[in-house]
Amino acid sequence: MDNIVTLHQFMLNTKNVIYILIVMGLVAFPAFWYFLNERDKD
Amino acid sequence: MSISRRQFLGWMGAAGMTGATAATARAATQRQFSGYKDSKGVLHDITRCIGCRRCEAACNRVNDLPGPDQPFDDLTVLDRKRRTTSGAYTVVNRQDAGDDRSPRFIKDQCNHCLEPACASACFVNAFTKTPEGAVVYNADVCVGCRYCMIACPFEIPAYEYHKALDPRVMKCTLCHPRLLAGKLPGCVAACPTEALVFGRREELLAVARERVRAFPDRYVNHIYGEHEMGGTNWLYLSDTPFAQMGLREDLGTTPAPKLTSGALGAVPIVVGLWPVLLTGVYAINRRKEKIAAEEQAMAVERALGQANSEAEAKMADAMKKADEEKSAAVEREVKNALSAAAKAAENEKKENAAPSEKEA
Amino acid sequence: MPQEANQAPAKYFTPFNIVAGIIVVVGIIITVLRFTRGLGTVTHLSDNNPWGIWIGFDLLVGVALAAGGYVTSAAVYIFGLKRFHAAVRPAILTGFLGYALVVLALHYDVGRPWRLPYPFLVSRGTTSLLFEVAACVALYLTVLFIEFSPAALEWLGANRARRLVVKLTLVLTIFGVMLSTLHQSSLGALFLIAPSKLHPLWYSSYIPIYFFITSIIAGLSMVIFESSLSHRYLAHKMDAGHLAAKKDVTLGFGKAAAWVLAGYFFIKVIGIAVDNNWHYLATGYGAWYLVELLGFIALPAFTYAIGVREGNTTLIQWTSAWTVLGIVVNRFNVSLVAFNWHLPAEARYFPHWMEIGISVFIVTIGLLVFRFIATRMPILHAHPDYEAH
Repeated sequence: MDNIVTLHQFMLNTKNVIYILIVMGLVAFPAFWYFLNERDKD
Repeated sequence: MSISRRQFLGWMGAAGMTGATAATARAATQRQFSGYKDSKGVLHDITRCIGCRRCEAACNRVNDLPGPDQPFDDLTVLDRKRRTTSGAYTVVNRQDAGDDRSPRFIKDQCNHCLEPACASACFVNAFTKTPEGAVVYNADVCVGCRYCMIACPFEIPAYEYHKALDPRVMKCTLCHPRLLAGKLPGCVAACPTEALVFGRREELLAVARERVRAFPDRYVNHIYGEHEMGGTNWLYLSDTPFAQMGLREDLGTTPAPKLTSGALGAVPIVVGLWPVLLTGVYAINRRKEKIAAEEQAMAVERALGQANSEAEAKMADAMKKADEEKSAAVEREVKNALSAAAKAAENEKKENAAPSEKEA
Repeated sequence: MPQEANQAPAKYFTPFNIVAGIIVVVGIIITVLRFTRGLGTVTHLSDNNPWGIWIGFDLLVGVALAAGGYVTSAAVYIFGLKRFHAAVRPAILTGFLGYALVVLALHYDVGRPWRLPYPFLVSRGTTSLLFEVAACVALYLTVLFIEFSPAALEWLGANRARRLVVKLTLVLTIFGVMLSTLHQSSLGALFLIAPSKLHPLWYSSYIPIYFFITSIIAGLSMVIFESSLSHRYLAHKMDAGHLAAKKDVTLGFGKAAAWVLAGYFFIKVIGIAVDNNWHYLATGYGAWYLVELLGFIALPAFTYAIGVREGNTTLIQWTSAWTVLGIVVNRFNVSLVAFNWHLPAEARYFPHWMEIGISVFIVTIGLLVFRFIATRMPILHAHPDYEAH
C-alpha cells in the first residue's frame, strides 16, 4: 500500500477489498443460518 | 467540512445504528493523502493574457481535433461565452472587468484536480491521475454513461453526441503524451505572453505567491486552484475577483471522493446488518405464528377433551339411569310376579280349605 | 390452459391496441435513428446537461415506481402480513417489468450499451456510486426474475422447477430488500458528488435516505394504484380471493403510506434545518420546493389518512395516483429542474420530442407485456393446481 498517494487510490483499493468481502459475506450468511438452525426440530 | 461524517451518521441513524459505526467514518476522514509530490501543472496569470487564442489553435493542432467553425484568428468568437466541447479542449473567454477597466481574458480547460471528481464518479475507472499531474481518460473501457460530466465541478468533460457507435468523452489531457516525451503542453508552448507557465505544481505555487507578494495592489490575494475541490494542478492568478472571471468561488475545498465516502461507507453496513435484521424479524414472526398455532391446537384439543368427557359423563349418567330404570322394572316385574304367585297360592289354599270346611 | 379459451374470438383493433401500435412504430423509428445517427440527433442533451429524461424519468422514476415488488414481498414474507398475499404476484411482476424496462432504457442512454457489463467484467470503478447502482440493479433484476418465475412455471406446468424456486422465497426476499435499500438510496447518492450544481434545497447529505424512503412510498402507492387499474380492466382475470383482498390491500397499504409519508415530511423539514436553507424558501425555487413538500408529501399523507379513517377506498386510490405523481415530480426536480440551476436559461435542458417518444414507447411496451402475462399466467388469480407459497 506504499504506492497509494491519493484519496481516490485509497478508496479504490479499499472498496475493491470491501466488495470482495461483501460477496463472501453474502455467501456466508445463508450457510451460517443453515448451520445455526440445522438441528431445530421444526 | 464534515459532510461525509454527517452523511454517514444520517445513514446510520436510519438504520438505527448511530453509535456503533461512527468511528469508522472518522478513521477514514482523518487519513491524509499528499498526492504526487512532483506533479506538474500550469500557472495561468490572467493579467498577462491578451486573448489571442493561439493556445486554442495549438491545442487543436497537437490533439488532432476537428477544424474550428471560425478560424482561430477571428476574435469575434470572443463575443459570446463559450465552454469546452468535444472539438475544443480549451477555450478563451473575454470577461468584463467592470469600472471602465479593459476586459480580461481567461483560458478554460481541464484543471487536472488532485482528487478528480470524474475519476471518483467513473464506474469503469476510466480516469487516472498520473504522477505527472494529468488526469487522463481511457476510451477503451468507457460505457458512455456521462456521470463524469455530472460530477465535474468545472464543467469540463464534453461528449461526442453525434457519434452513433463509438462516442467518447473529450477533455484536455494536459498533453500527457507530450509531457512524457519531454515537451511542453501545446497551449503553453504557443503562449506569446507567458500568461501560461508550466512547471512543478509546488514551484508554481511559490512563483504565484511571490507575484502576489511583490504586487499586492495588482493581484487578488488568492491562488485559484490551490485548495478548490481539494486542489488542482492548474492554478490561476488574477487582478479581478475570480467569480467575475467566471470561476466559481463557492466550490469549497472538499475533494470530490470525500463527498461520496459516507454513502459508500454505508453500503457494506447495509449488507451486513439488513440480512441479520430481516432474518431476525422473519424468525420472530415465524416463532409467533408457531406459538399461536400451537396454542390454537391446544385450545382445540382442550375443548375437544372437555366435550368428550362431558359426553362420556352424560353417557354414563344415561346408562346409569337406564340401568336403574331397567333394574327397577325388573324388580317391579319380579315383585308383580311374586305377589301374583302369592295371591294365586292363597286363593288355592282358600279353595282347598273351603271344601274341607264344608266336609267337616 | 383454460384462460386462452376465454379470449377467443380476439379483437385486435381496440382503441388501446391502435394507439399502442402507433407508439410502437414511432418508437422503432426513433430507435433506428438513435443507433445510426447518435444521441445528438434524437435528444437535447448537451455538454452542460449530460442527463435528460432517459435518466430522470426512465431510470430514477422507473426504479422508484418498481419498488412495489420489494415492499410487498417484505410485508408478506418477512413481516408476516399474510392477508396481503394476493398483492405479491402483481407487485413482483410490475417490479420485474419495471427493472427490465429501466435496463432497456439505459441501452438508449449510454453511449456504448454493449459495454454495460464492463464495470463488472473489464474495469471496476468501485469508488463510484454508479458502480453500486449498476451491481444492485443487475442483481435485483435477476432476483425479481426468479421471484416472478413460479407464476410462469405454473403456467407451463413445470412442477419440479417451481417447487425448487418456491423454497428460495425467503432468501430471495431478504436479498431483494437489501439490494433495493442499497440502490434506491444510491440513486439519490449519485448527486452527492455535485453540490455545486444541485440547488441547495434539494442537495442534502440526507438525499440517499430521501430516495430510499420515497421508494417505499412509491412502492406502496403503486400497489394501490395498480390494483385499482387491474380491478377496472382485468377484473375478469381475478378469482374471488383476489377480488376480496382488494379492500384489505388498499386500506392496509394506504395506512402504511400515510405513516411513511409523515416520517418523510419530518426528515425533509429537518433537512432544511440541518443546512440552514430556510431563506431559500422565499425564492422561486423555494416556492416550487414548498409545492413538493406541502402538495406532494403533506397533502397525500392527510388524504391517505382520511381515506383510511373513513374506509374510503376511492379516496385512497386517487391519493395513490397523486403520490405517484409526486414521486415523478421529486425525481424530475433532483435530476432536471434543480440540477444546473446556476446556469443561464439558454444553457438549460428541455427534452426533445423524440426523447419523450422513447420514454412513452418503453412505458407502452411495459403495459403490453403486463397485459400479455396477466391475461395468461396466474398473476391475478391463484392457479387451481398449486397452493400459495
